[in-house]
Amino acid sequence: MSSLAMSASDTLVLARRNLARIPRQPDLLIAYTIQPVMFVLLFVYVFGGAIQTPGFDYVDFLMPGIIVQSIAFGGFVTALGLAEDVKKGLIDRFRSLPMSRAAVLLGRTISDVALNCLSLVVLFAVGFLAGFNFIDASVVEIVAGIALCLFLGYAFSWIFALIGLFSSSPETANAIGFTLIFPLTFASSVFVPVESMPDGLRQFAEVNPFTTISDAVRSLWLGTPAHTDVWMAFVWCTALTVIFAPLAVARYRTVAAK
Amino acid sequence: MAGESRFGRAGPAAPSTSTGFEPGTDHDAIVVEGLEKSYGSLHALCGVSFSARAGTVLGLLGPNGAGKTTAVRILATLLAPDAGTARVAGLDVVRDAAALRAKIGLAGQYAAVDENLTGFENLEMVGRLYHLPRADARVRANELLERFDLVEAAKRPAKTYSGGMRRRLDLAAALVFRPPVLYLDEPTTGLDPVGRLSMWETIEARTAAGTTVLLTTQYLDEADRLADRIVVIDHGSVIAEGTSDELKDRVGGERIEVRLEDEADAAQAIVALGEMTHERPTFEDHVVRAPVRTRSGVMAEAVRRLDAAGVGIDDIAMRRPTLDDVFIALTGHAAEEEPAEEQENEEMAA
Repeated sequence: MSSLAMSASDTLVLARRNLARIPRQPDLLIAYTIQPVMFVLLFVYVFGGAIQTPGFDYVDFLMPGIIVQSIAFGGFVTALGLAEDVKKGLIDRFRSLPMSRAAVLLGRTISDVALNCLSLVVLFAVGFLAGFNFIDASVVEIVAGIALCLFLGYAFSWIFALIGLFSSSPETANAIGFTLIFPLTFASSVFVPVESMPDGLRQFAEVNPFTTISDAVRSLWLGTPAHTDVWMAFVWCTALTVIFAPLAVARYRTVAAK
Repeated sequence: MAGESRFGRAGPAAPSTSTGFEPGTDHDAIVVEGLEKSYGSLHALCGVSFSARAGTVLGLLGPNGAGKTTAVRILATLLAPDAGTARVAGLDVVRDAAALRAKIGLAGQYAAVDENLTGFENLEMVGRLYHLPRADARVRANELLERFDLVEAAKRPAKTYSGGMRRRLDLAAALVFRPPVLYLDEPTTGLDPVGRLSMWETIEARTAAGTTVLLTTQYLDEADRLADRIVVIDHGSVIAEGTSDELKDRVGGERIEVRLEDEADAAQAIVALGEMTHERPTFEDHVVRAPVRTRSGVMAEAVRRLDAAGVGIDDIAMRRPTLDDVFIALTGHAAEEEPAEEQENEEMAA
């Protein structure tokens, strides 16, 4: 077997392993789908009335942002799963096998994409029920927006992979994810227009990749001015993947069970 | 046990297990020379050397933090040594790491199985990761489930297994590709006595015929039962090696210990017991100690002799050498447990 065919085979075996566990952990599946639904309901009905989005219904402004945030966090199961695998010694086993060094992480990040597709279905369903509509969007633009969200999710899977491999337990991974990355999504245009933020925070929010990507999805789905956001969004996702994938693989090669 | 003879040789489902050495000849399957590894200021291994002949079981005996796990991790290509060399199945653990991984199996105290997969799925996955064709991986998985007495649990997720069943599944996973060299890192630590005995029987049966085994343990009785030769390590250095009998001789073997009602009788007790022992009994710390070669009947004989000599017995017991005895004999200090496990130190250094 060539080394490329070997990597592909290893990756598929491990992606299958990750997906096989989903129906056996219904609590995980529920957490995975309920949380985005809770966010949509909270923001539309609790905060929505108080947030000004000139020119748009808040639900139309919000849905692209919520989808970006939820899909970015879809890879969180990778952080939890890898921290668990390290703790249980499974990573030691994989590293002692004559298999591809990247397959464990590729298998994780690829199965995350499948999970994120599932999340998208749930999010769109609840979004449409809450009144979301595409505005002046062609099929190509809708699909491009979805592709951008999934690409962002993929890039973040690698960030979460790195976090998982540096965490001594799933609890630590959880704490790191929610203290380092979660606030980033709030200091952006995910939930509110950045124009409403005070100086300092506003400048930060404007360069925050979550702003770039949320605005890019809005320009594709709501017909807002595109500027350079769509291209920049793809550049961000590519850059995050190119930086974090090799870091995660390097960490995998030396990680030790606790 | 006809099927067992295939361990260590190329089986039908394992096309590439050419071992690089011939089991049963004078070649050593594991050769470790001057291995050193430090985590920051902690010296986990300070120049460790040992070797294991092909087809034998080598026991690596020592307390927590002695460096056993570090040694296994280096030999399993999971960790690079700071200095020294190690060759396994004729391959260097650093330079030939990728090729070596096809010749080793690793099982241990973590029972590294996926709890959400069934026993069958776990073994099939490992087979697929060794690049066995799917059909072969399934045949092999079923074969191992049968040998390891896990057929009834084959379709249940591993999280429903007992500790002992998980260890058996873990060991089965390590044997999927019929590796010529097998590492067992503390295979019974944390098991109850029944689970430990069953694991010992499993290891004895499954590692027979040609497989070279490196077993780490903190228990002398485990090394005694399973290992052909034992290497004792402490604070990252080899402090003794030999067969189980040789080590026991160094700590004095089994002995009868007697507490007397009246210590003035000590001299009489020594004479009475001296007739039945190969070495002169001693009297120290209020206890008379008489080394014995066998266990059968000696306790009754000792009681009879002491009674006949008119020596009153407060307490009498048979003592086997323990790991602590070995350590006291070899190092002059007890085998104290390290405050932190070696992996934690590794993590602090990382």
